[in-house]
Amino acid sequence: MRPVSSRALVVTGLLVALFLAGVASFYASSNPDGLTYVAQKVGLSHAERPHASDGSPFAGYATRGVGNERLSGGVAGVVGVVVVAVLFGGLTWVLGRRRAGDAAPEGSDAAAPEHDRDASSSVGR
Amino acid sequence: MHVPDGFLDAPTSLGTAGVAVVGVGLALRGARRELDDRTAPLAGLVAAFVFAAQMLNFPVGAGTSGHLLGGALAAVLVGPWTATLSIAVVLLVQGLLFADGGLTALGTNITLMGLVGVWTGWLVFRGVQAVLPKRVSMVVPAAAVAALVSVPVAALAFTGLYAVGGLAPIPLDSLATAMLGWHTLIGLGEAAITGLAISAVVAVRPDLVHGARRVLATRRLVVVEPEQDQVAA
Repeated sequence: MRPVSSRALVVTGLLVALFLAGVASFYASSNPDGLTYVAQKVGLSHAERPHASDGSPFAGYATRGVGNERLSGGVAGVVGVVVVAVLFGGLTWVLGRRRAGDAAPEGSDAAAPEHDRDASSSVGR
Repeated sequence: MHVPDGFLDAPTSLGTAGVAVVGVGLALRGARRELDDRTAPLAGLVAAFVFAAQMLNFPVGAGTSGHLLGGALAAVLVGPWTATLSIAVVLLVQGLLFADGGLTALGTNITLMGLVGVWTGWLVFRGVQAVLPKRVSMVVPAAAVAALVSVPVAALAFTGLYAVGGLAPIPLDSLATAMLGWHTLIGLGEAAITGLAISAVVAVRPDLVHGARRVLATRRLVVVEPEQDQVAA
């Protein structure tokens, strides 16, 4: 298979994630997951306390004020994917960029160390 | 497998919070070695994908369901340190925005899924990879086995935490049996999703798959392909 650019790969992957969270999630099983189910069976679920984030507009993967169930869950899913992508994309970008700075490859002005910035800008102008 | 508030007592929750803080701190340092300009975008995508996949509960029978934990998937794709960070961010967003997984249990959930799930997955992956032929195609079955094992191990880790600081008096042996049984079934789903996702990336860009680096490196000694950014990595 012909290699694709990493940009194409990431864009395709994001579209897949948006589709899964925004559309396909409506068809997911609504049964309790393994831990919740076991907790019910062994008599542990009564111990669960109300969630501190129950007031969040997206609590329970539903969008407050949106009556349509499909739309409500879909919007919540899309918001989640975007928030996670921005947060973690930003974090990895910073961590990855720092590393490029440490390695200091030749000819990379963007990765110049902090203390060189004054000198290079005065030379540049 | 999101633990809610009220299952574990305060000392245990504080203990797991401490473990999570240390783990995430180490991961912040370790992830720098795994990330560069080339791999960072894929890492951002992995977290978003894990979040999306965790919304897709699949039925596992008798009125219960399971969803991807994503630890093994993330570890093989972007490396275990970055995987720990990605799961931590997913759990933070789920706890704050979606009321999924208790906030006092955030440390517990990061410990179970971001540390136990990720590192069990990574170690099993490396172990299986060592005995399989050194080929890129072997990354997929190795990742699937790692995913399968990671889920029941994380479930047992929860049982262990409950034995230490569980708030309701319940028989531990039946908790352990039920957790292990259901999460072995869920592990099969985890293995299927992980295998599919990894094979999709391996098919188009094996060079971006962290877990494929070793097998690619041995191949690269034979094939001459002097591409700047790959040599630098």
